[in-house]
Amino acid sequence: MLTKIKCAGLAVGISILALGQAQAVEIEYWQYVFDTRVKAMDQLIEKFEVANPDITVKHVTFPYADYQTRVVAAKVAGQGPDVVQLFYGWLDNFVAGGLIQPLDPSVFPPEEIERDFFPIVSAMKRDGHYYGLPTAVRSLALFYNKQLFQEAGLDPDSPPQTLDELVEAAKATTKYDASGNITSEGITVEMGGQDHHWWREVLIRQFGGKPYSEDGRQVAYNDAAGLAAISFHSGLQTEHKVGQAGFMDEGQAAFRAGLAAMTIDGTFRLGAFSSNPFEWGVAELPANADGVRSNYSSYFANAIGATAEGEELEAAQKFLAYISSPEAMQIWLDVVGELPARKEVALTEDNLANPIYGPFLKGLEYAHTTRFVDEAAQRQVVIDMENRILLEGQDPAESLAQAAREEQAILDRFYGK
Amino acid sequence: MASVATPSGPAGIAGLWDRLSIRTKRVVWAWAFLAVPIVFYAGIRFYPTFQAFWLSLTDWDLLRPAAFIGLENYRRLFADPVFWQVFRNTFAYLILGTPISLVLAFVIAFYLDRVRFMHGLIRALYFLPFLTTAAAMAWVWRWFYQPVPIGVINGLLSAVGIAQQPFLRSVDQALPAIMVTAIWAGLGFQIIIFMAGLRAIPLTYYEAARIDGLGEWAILRKITLPLLKPTTVFLVVFSSIGFLRIFDQVYNMTTNDPGGPLNSTKPLVLMIYQTAFSSYDMGYAAAQTVVLFTILLIVSLIQLWLLRNRT
Amino acid sequence: MTSIAASTSELAANRRDIRPGRIVAWTLLMIGGIVMVTPLIYMFSTSLKSAGQVYDLRLIPADPTLDNYIRVLADGRFVRWFLNSTLVATAVTLSNVFFDSLVGYTLAKFEFRGRYLVFLAILSTLMIPTEMLVIPWYLMSSQLGWLDTYWGIMFPGMMTAFGTFLMKQFFETVPDDFLEAARVDGLNEFTIWWKIAMPMVTPAISALAIFTFLGNWTAFFWPLIVTTSRELYTLPVGLSSFAVEQSIQWEMIMTGAALATIPTLIVFLALQRYIVRGVMLAGLKG
Repeated sequence: MLTKIKCAGLAVGISILALGQAQAVEIEYWQYVFDTRVKAMDQLIEKFEVANPDITVKHVTFPYADYQTRVVAAKVAGQGPDVVQLFYGWLDNFVAGGLIQPLDPSVFPPEEIERDFFPIVSAMKRDGHYYGLPTAVRSLALFYNKQLFQEAGLDPDSPPQTLDELVEAAKATTKYDASGNITSEGITVEMGGQDHHWWREVLIRQFGGKPYSEDGRQVAYNDAAGLAAISFHSGLQTEHKVGQAGFMDEGQAAFRAGLAAMTIDGTFRLGAFSSNPFEWGVAELPANADGVRSNYSSYFANAIGATAEGEELEAAQKFLAYISSPEAMQIWLDVVGELPARKEVALTEDNLANPIYGPFLKGLEYAHTTRFVDEAAQRQVVIDMENRILLEGQDPAESLAQAAREEQAILDRFYGK
Repeated sequence: MASVATPSGPAGIAGLWDRLSIRTKRVVWAWAFLAVPIVFYAGIRFYPTFQAFWLSLTDWDLLRPAAFIGLENYRRLFADPVFWQVFRNTFAYLILGTPISLVLAFVIAFYLDRVRFMHGLIRALYFLPFLTTAAAMAWVWRWFYQPVPIGVINGLLSAVGIAQQPFLRSVDQALPAIMVTAIWAGLGFQIIIFMAGLRAIPLTYYEAARIDGLGEWAILRKITLPLLKPTTVFLVVFSSIGFLRIFDQVYNMTTNDPGGPLNSTKPLVLMIYQTAFSSYDMGYAAAQTVVLFTILLIVSLIQLWLLRNRT
Repeated sequence: MTSIAASTSELAANRRDIRPGRIVAWTLLMIGGIVMVTPLIYMFSTSLKSAGQVYDLRLIPADPTLDNYIRVLADGRFVRWFLNSTLVATAVTLSNVFFDSLVGYTLAKFEFRGRYLVFLAILSTLMIPTEMLVIPWYLMSSQLGWLDTYWGIMFPGMMTAFGTFLMKQFFETVPDDFLEAARVDGLNEFTIWWKIAMPMVTPAISALAIFTFLGNWTAFFWPLIVTTSRELYTLPVGLSSFAVEQSIQWEMIMTGAALATIPTLIVFLALQRYIVRGVMLAGLKG
């Protein structure tokens, strides 16, 4: 890492394009910027290059917000990646745009994939072909600050197990200043973060509904369950006053600063939270009063770019095989904290007993996966729904109905194509 | 440089060159000087302009070749409630931002012009923000606007017992809050220009007015302001265009929910950026740029009309 | 021009004094000025605080540290972005000084058919907003392989109508006799422009250079679109992506913002006189 930066520094001013050596086959790996993911991938590349001295891997990263655009733009410019990371929900767009190619079944036999990986890998399958393989899968859990729990007189080793307990714990841990402003949240409220998944796949189900029809083409949350779910979520701010959207700008920032007792976030946050200057714990997402639990699981897969061919394709296949190997998954787990996508690597006794990985792994057992057609737009619908309630005082039922209309329009536009 | 030094060449051409009249030679020189710039303006300014008009009539989306779809993009745009919200926002930046910043700038310039003690220092204080990078300062302002316990402004309000304000987390306050940062950044420039304009007014005018017994207020109204009109018109147009094209601040202050909350801060340029470079809906985005062009053209024409009124 | 150059004190002395209000006006101006730089001061102050002290909103850090700067600079990207911005802004400024002057001079001092047409054509590009051109530029860049290159960042600004107009205005004030004398001495037209005319408009050149440099140094929209790899980011684009990456760690973001601001502040303090005069010139003539 450091030497790379030094090289880059030297190259500045001398040459316009600082490219690596040209002798070996060079392939490009693309992913979005997320500190621990970049670090983990740098480690994997280093190990891979040692084992395959004739292949060099150029690691290219982009900010998440621009990531998809960059992949498309590169394809237009004819200089796409050889191995590219993509969110499972983008697959249809990537296939339709001709950005990636199906995996060669002789190199990646489908029956082995289905035997070894968690079943959600099937989201990468279209017409019998697999288009990519994940290194890791992610699920959600409740992060809580043990120190704040203790200060509030709660037992730091028994985090809330139900939604009611969650609200009670949040009430106990919220701090206010003299004017009634929140100075430390009980629980973060941020639809733009992971809360929209929590609402969609967890809360709606726990209130007795379901977010979409079986085939995923119809919005199904515009009912009492959906209303109860959004009322519960926005109620954390409006009714219970235990959280405040926009507090500390982002929920994860509030938790990291020790100014939020609880936050709902994913496995991928473990790396960032590891340096928190306080003791924190992880718990399964709270159940409802009847003990119903749910979770949302998702993953980023790695696929082979459409432009790779010849020896680059061969190198890309080798690299993809390596980053989907048990060894790579262990490294990814250690550095990023994301759960291995192979069952045998994930479901070890050690992992299940691990106080941090355990709750996430349990969550995987009953998790749902949303079939997004346009993840960013669908997320925006939920953000706007709650903003209308919180900022404009719109009636939750009306706001929910509007959100359902907007999201249905997005689904229709996609499936109508 | 090489491209410019054409007309002196080999002997044959030199012979021909010598026979030309001085006048003709100068014409050749002129066109030689203009050759590269003409190619530049044709290729980088005019051709893309026409291309933008053309693309606005297509459904180009980066991946598939563009197909002509007539005025469909415009129909879609004018039927889109988000566009009208964005349209209102864009004009809100203009209609609030321009007068506020110009009145402030004039008042400050007017008094600063008369200050001798520490004049340079005070001028520098006002001018410094103009030199900052909008993308960087947007983050500083975003931090300023945070709720307690981290936001500076709300910290101050709470300290004196005023309820904290939501600022960027409000559909009513977010746009003015962002606009303030744009006014802040541009104020120094406007003050300097106003001061230059004030000093360009011949002193004899003031002396004559004083001999006529005009008061301070009358001098301001009858002499300073009318003579300052060219400067004012320039600044009105310059800052209007700036506010109509606002982007850097909004983009950086609302990265969690671009142009939000609920599109309440989204200006036209951000909508263009999102349409083109997040949804790669290039044809639709091109139609939006044509609308922006039309708005700017109308504003510029009003400027020309005002300028004509001057004489 | 001369009226601007005249000293402030002389002018102010000649103006009617408003003694009773003077102290009040001065105080208000000073307060306003301090308010104007408050964001900058807070930015620097916070950049010197450790993560735990960010919530302490006192202006003077209790325990100032340069750790944030060390951390930000250690990974080398800021230096790279700084160099990128400097390279791009310098190259574009040189190009503008050369071509805008050349065209402005030609339009001011040569007589030929089509002169007015060329002038109008160039001037009319002032009406075209950059935002309208970015989509065609993007298409052009992707076809010609200019995406994610320095040239791709620079090419749209290599000449500007504003600069051309400014320089034309100034070259018109250059007396023809000087140029005629040079012509009699047998100098060619290029030399006359470069050696005789250009030195006579140095204030305008510095105004143009300052404006172009500042504009390109702080440019955000087009570099954001055209660059894809982090090695090619300019400082504003790099800072924006850095701020998002930092997951809202304000002390780090403020450090980044401070690093983006410090170079311009140093240049300003060194060249204040020229910059202010340049802005005035450009504003009055433009």
